[in-house]
Amino acid sequence: MTGGEAARLSRGRRSRAAAAVLFVVIVILAAAFFRLQVLGGGSYELQSRNNRLRPIPIPAARGAIYDRDGELLAESIPGYSLSLLPAPPDTARVTLDRLAPYLSLTPDDVEAILERRRRNPQLPVLVRDDLNFGQVAAVEERRPEFRLVVIETHPRRRYPAGSVVAHVTGYVGEISEAELDSDEFVEYEAGRIVGKQGIERSYESLLAGAAGTRYVEVNARGSIVREFPSDLARAAEPGTELHLTLDLALQQFADSIFPEEHRGAVVALDPRTGEVLLLYSHPSFDPNLFVGGISEVEWAAIRDDPRQPILNRAASALYPPGSTWKLVLATLGIRGGTVGIDTYMPTSCRGALQFGRRAFRCWKPEGHGPLDLSSAIKESCNVFFYQLGLRLGLDPLLSGVDGLGFNQATGVDIPGEISGRFPPSRDWYNEKFGRRGWTEAVVLNLSIGQGETEQTLLRLAQFYSALATGESPVVPHLLQSEALQQVREDWAPNLPEARRRELVSALTRVVNEPGGTAYWHRPREWTLAGKTGTAQNPHGEPHSWFVGFAPANDPRIVIAVIVENGHPDNQTSRAVPLASQVVSRYLGSEGIPPDRALEDQAPIPVPGVSAVEGGVQ
Amino acid sequence: MIWSAGQVDLPSGVTGAWRRQLVWLAISIVAFAVVARVPMRWLEWATPWIYTISIFLLLLVLVVGGGPNTRSWLRFAGFSIQPAELAKLATILLLARMLGSRKEPQSRLFELWRPVVAVVVPFLLVMAQPDLGSALIFVVILVSALFWAGTPLFTIFMLVSPGVSLILGFSAAVWGVWFVVVVMGLYLRRSFMAEAVAVALANLAAGALATPLWNRLAPYQQRRLLVFLDPDVDPRGAGWHLIQSKVAIGSGGVTGQGFGLGPQKRLAFLPEQHTDFIFSVVGEELGLIGVLVFLVLLAWFLRRVLRVASESSQSFGSLVVFCFFAVWFAHLVINIGMTVGLMPVTGLPLPFISYGGSFLLTTFVGLALVCRVAYET
Repeated sequence: MTGGEAARLSRGRRSRAAAAVLFVVIVILAAAFFRLQVLGGGSYELQSRNNRLRPIPIPAARGAIYDRDGELLAESIPGYSLSLLPAPPDTARVTLDRLAPYLSLTPDDVEAILERRRRNPQLPVLVRDDLNFGQVAAVEERRPEFRLVVIETHPRRRYPAGSVVAHVTGYVGEISEAELDSDEFVEYEAGRIVGKQGIERSYESLLAGAAGTRYVEVNARGSIVREFPSDLARAAEPGTELHLTLDLALQQFADSIFPEEHRGAVVALDPRTGEVLLLYSHPSFDPNLFVGGISEVEWAAIRDDPRQPILNRAASALYPPGSTWKLVLATLGIRGGTVGIDTYMPTSCRGALQFGRRAFRCWKPEGHGPLDLSSAIKESCNVFFYQLGLRLGLDPLLSGVDGLGFNQATGVDIPGEISGRFPPSRDWYNEKFGRRGWTEAVVLNLSIGQGETEQTLLRLAQFYSALATGESPVVPHLLQSEALQQVREDWAPNLPEARRRELVSALTRVVNEPGGTAYWHRPREWTLAGKTGTAQNPHGEPHSWFVGFAPANDPRIVIAVIVENGHPDNQTSRAVPLASQVVSRYLGSEGIPPDRALEDQAPIPVPGVSAVEGGVQ
Repeated sequence: MIWSAGQVDLPSGVTGAWRRQLVWLAISIVAFAVVARVPMRWLEWATPWIYTISIFLLLLVLVVGGGPNTRSWLRFAGFSIQPAELAKLATILLLARMLGSRKEPQSRLFELWRPVVAVVVPFLLVMAQPDLGSALIFVVILVSALFWAGTPLFTIFMLVSPGVSLILGFSAAVWGVWFVVVVMGLYLRRSFMAEAVAVALANLAAGALATPLWNRLAPYQQRRLLVFLDPDVDPRGAGWHLIQSKVAIGSGGVTGQGFGLGPQKRLAFLPEQHTDFIFSVVGEELGLIGVLVFLVLLAWFLRRVLRVASESSQSFGSLVVFCFFAVWFAHLVINIGMTVGLMPVTGLPLPFISYGGSFLLTTFVGLALVCRVAYET
């Protein structure tokens, strides 16, 4: 038994050793828990929150856009979206089939939705996000049938005026990959709605507002479990309301009288401030189509339309300025002392000017006879301006025009504006045609707004605003803001006031004297001063231009019109009657007293009928 | 008896799991009642048969078994059982029989070949499944049985030294230091020449084989061991378990999130919350207070088991009880240790608390044996 006793004794020692190990280990474990739960408790609590709470952005309502009279151009209305909670494929299909009649879903739509569901089976799948109240009500009435359905509201853009102001307001759409990568949208997340064009784009930061955040609790698979009330949640801040300088009524009027089959644009500015009163491009498109994602078919229809309805023809399209350009030549000539308002050119107009071996034609084959500058403007005589250009000389002409800013854009506050084009120097020709590939004869075409010059409608309107007021050209802008009332002093024509008035009176003769190129469509109550243009172009009939201002002695409106292919012969101008009507309409609505004597307000003959008396150029 | 049954806390996290666990509990209680009435002598007699059956089942599971990642489950009659659990029991019994029949404890290394073989066979079969955690338990059984039988500590040291070499073999410098320590030890203890040479050679071989063996481990096992060193190595994969467990425990604070309310567990961020990581749930929901209560209860229970082992008059029974003490203790250390990152993630359940039928049954059978030994003392 002694061996057993010895074993028992040693067993006691071993037992105590084991108990000691047990004690030490339990203490170590307890210490580990103490470290984790007490010393590190806060940070792990936070991690646990981050684990299960997901911030969900609450989209902010975009700021409304109003015209100068408070008429609504764009607003945010509650839109309804309908989503399907995660469900087995068969259940989802049955539900969608039953929803189809209420939401006008096609079988293709159903397949597309099921395909999206397959890609992310754990998340709710969006069925439609452009439901109206009636559709939502129809589904809500049958709620017991549609337990998987979630209906949410979100702000939705609406453009009450539609296509009439589409090129001004622009439109919104989901942010693109490229935009997400750009610095401007650094705080934006995928799926956000952003301004894509027009005011929506240029004042995105004001209109957008600040998205709010709500928190939902998710499980490890990312499925939403419930709404989580959190002190971190923020309500969305709606965007700023914008008031534009645009006159919606005038815009609608321009739309109603613009010849439907033609393309073109109409722009009107207040020459004193640069406020854009009218910016209309035709044909247009419905910006409402882009809201909530445009369908592929609709987008293809707009994109592939040969009439390019998206193109803003007032600011983003270049046209040869034609005879409206003659005022640029006149300005340079008078400023440099080359000509005065009553200067005659050595060669009087016999329908063409021989230069070198080529005859450069005037629009009037029988010729204008001898004309001074004022009458040459009134009757738009090419031969006079050919000679003025030659007298100025190529280099002074190029640098003079460049100095007036015709290689730049106006700086209007909507995106996509393009710069005018005019050869800045001889080098330009040398590079383009080679040193011997061109002759000084280019001066002749440049003098009448053809050849290597192309300008935007808005740029011409800006130039004429300076002629109208005698000040520097204003920078056109659409947002009502003192800060935007700027001028380009560096582009000022710098004409002595008396000389400028002489030019204005020449422009007045264009519209208001028999024989003037715009005489047949003169406004009856106000003195419109301006210049017509007929721009030869490779796309068919000449484009019809008119740029002018009224009332001539105290201008309130600068108007610029282009009607593409709107000048089929020497008699018919589609631009002049448009300009005339818009000007009358605006001055009338603004309560500007008529400045023409009553006896002058004779009935205007129907255009085209007695066209013999005065063709327009 | 009542103190043991009272320790069972039903896992509520996995829906339905607690029902199955109740069934298993009923079965376990019946088994407990039956086994507790079996005299230890009968059991000692039946030991070779039990061992043979368990080895057979281990072989069978390698052929027809199923389970996630490993082939460790046998299915019949709607229940899945883990033969490895039975093998642990059988190995404990067999070791106790072998070592308990000796009057004098073996001190020579070569005299230990029979118990070593008895352990190595199931160890290798479990490794082949592969189930690293359970295999580790067989090492614990061997060491604890030898320790309790009175084998000198240095002999045990010599026995396990190649294993340590295997682990340290990845770093030549660390392994070199270890090898010098082993050789110095052998010299100072004036071990027999043959023994010393064999141990030294085994250490050399293990150190050399470490890298090839590592490459043979399943990738998930490699990852688990690496993640133990640095959970951020693979935060979405293997490290996920550990990070989420720490987050759960840490967010429990002192008082916990409330029973059944732990968000980490409830929202399924915590994996295996009803088995391997059940103690993380305790930490999250009951806080440090709950953790300490559980630790004290478990320590108190293990202390009681240890006392039964040390007070028993029969060497077979005493060895069996001590082996169970060691196995449960190892489970506790590894399971709870891994929830706080002190131990690698091995998938060992926590006795009496984790979900798992076979394990509950083995635990209750072990408990029955402990009670029987206490009764026979």
